[in-house]
Amino acid sequence: MSDAALAWRQYRLERKMFWRNPTAAFFSFVLPLIFLFLFGAVFSGSQASLNVLVPGIAGLSVMATTFNALATQMSFLREQGVLKRVRGTPLPGTSSLSGIIGSAATNAVIQILVIIVAGKLFFGLGWPKDWIELAVFTVLGVACFASMGVAFSHVIPNFEAAPAYTNLVFLPMIFISGVFFDVDNVPTFLRDIANALPLVHVINGISAALVTGASIADHLSDLAVVAVWTLACVILAVRGFSWSARD
Amino acid sequence: MSSAQPAITVADLHKFYDQYEAVGGVSFEVAEGEIFGLLGPHGAGKTTTVEILEGYRDSSSGSVSVLGFNPAERARALRERVGIVLQSSGMYRHVRVREAVTHWAGLYPHPRNVDEVLGIVGLDDEAQAAALVRTLSGGQQRRLDLALALIGDPDLIFLDEPTTGFDPAARRSAWSTVKRLRELGKTVLLTTHYLEEAQELCDRVAIIKNGKILAEGPPSTLSEASARYRVSWRDQSGELVSEEVDDPTELLHRLTGEAIAHGQQLEDCSVVRPSLEDVYLELTADEASEVQQ
Repeated sequence: MSDAALAWRQYRLERKMFWRNPTAAFFSFVLPLIFLFLFGAVFSGSQASLNVLVPGIAGLSVMATTFNALATQMSFLREQGVLKRVRGTPLPGTSSLSGIIGSAATNAVIQILVIIVAGKLFFGLGWPKDWIELAVFTVLGVACFASMGVAFSHVIPNFEAAPAYTNLVFLPMIFISGVFFDVDNVPTFLRDIANALPLVHVINGISAALVTGASIADHLSDLAVVAVWTLACVILAVRGFSWSARD
Repeated sequence: MSSAQPAITVADLHKFYDQYEAVGGVSFEVAEGEIFGLLGPHGAGKTTTVEILEGYRDSSSGSVSVLGFNPAERARALRERVGIVLQSSGMYRHVRVREAVTHWAGLYPHPRNVDEVLGIVGLDDEAQAAALVRTLSGGQQRRLDLALALIGDPDLIFLDEPTTGFDPAARRSAWSTVKRLRELGKTVLLTTHYLEEAQELCDRVAIIKNGKILAEGPPSTLSEASARYRVSWRDQSGELVSEEVDDPTELLHRLTGEAIAHGQQLEDCSVVRPSLEDVYLELTADEASEVQQ
């Protein structure tokens, strides 16, 4: 069987297993939606705030479904010896990883679509103004945070510590990156930190596609920052990759 | 491949971790269709040796050949012909038993029938086959390990401590499964620290300790190798004494003669030949005393 067919096989297994894992399904799907409706209710009087919140939650979802999910999943697979077992089979490592990452990317796309529909139905946003721009920033965001998750899984000492380690990155990043409020209201030094990180740029791009209608050409610098992060994270993920827990 | 070529050849294999020599010049061959055992205490270098043969670790020096391949190159053609049961390895938590075996079957060019393999390892009960992997008992997970190793219809199977932690009944049942592999014509390399297991399953055994092979041969000849008779009896002062001799005839004649001459019974007299266990305990004596401390 070709490598691509094997990756597709792995992908189908991952999808099947995902829905049997209520914890993962909760953190990937339910939690971002709870945030959306909770903060949406709080900001319901201000369309300006809702215009910030909906793209912000979309960016949060991209990160949660890829970075959080993959860092946790990879550290489980590594520590439990599943990766080692798979390495003993003819399945190429790239096929197995493609299936796993593809499944996380699917969750990101489903989540973005759910948020778009919710934005249209409940939060006064129209349909996306630029679907291509939305796709570009979603795909790049997924690539960036997926590779960051795989790379970061090597820092996590054991599976029990995985939620604490991922939240140590995830929570500060979503708070300073303008998920819940406009970044312009944030102190300068925090804004500088946020601007050096990728999430705020993914949100800027999604916001342009969903709300402002500014074209990709107006957001090339956002695109560039995310691309650089993606490249760095891919290199770290590949170079640091290990098939078994350090002993 | 000609049947004369060994399935596995290991020549002067060394493995260092920094300064520590885990494997110190190990050599052995495993013939096609043979069940070969690496027997030794914990930390003897068994797993390191096997993981080099499986392609998980590089050797420091020496040469190894597995089905004609250098395992360090990790050729896919080799992995398609080898089944591996690691000493411990986890599994996806949210997959069902039959699903897992079916998924694995798709990774190999000529897999065996899924239900047949579930039958071989004893997971063919419908409830077991439909169970989520995380709900299996330790013994059932070990059966699944074996099923996943067998599904690709490998020529060579590595079993690293396949029954460690099993209760006696589970061990018996695992043994009969390994014996079925012999009937299927598979080559098996297994490691164990259970002497009984090596004796029961293996055509040939290498006793390994501190990274070196101390003795090698069929289990029966290993005990013959130091096949001195141990004669024990209670002497006139009532003390139990024993003597090791190549041929006990003369000693027994003398002892019985003396006893009759004195009109006494020869009490607690026994003549035993060392079992493989004695050989093993003798060869690995240091380790045993360390464990006792």
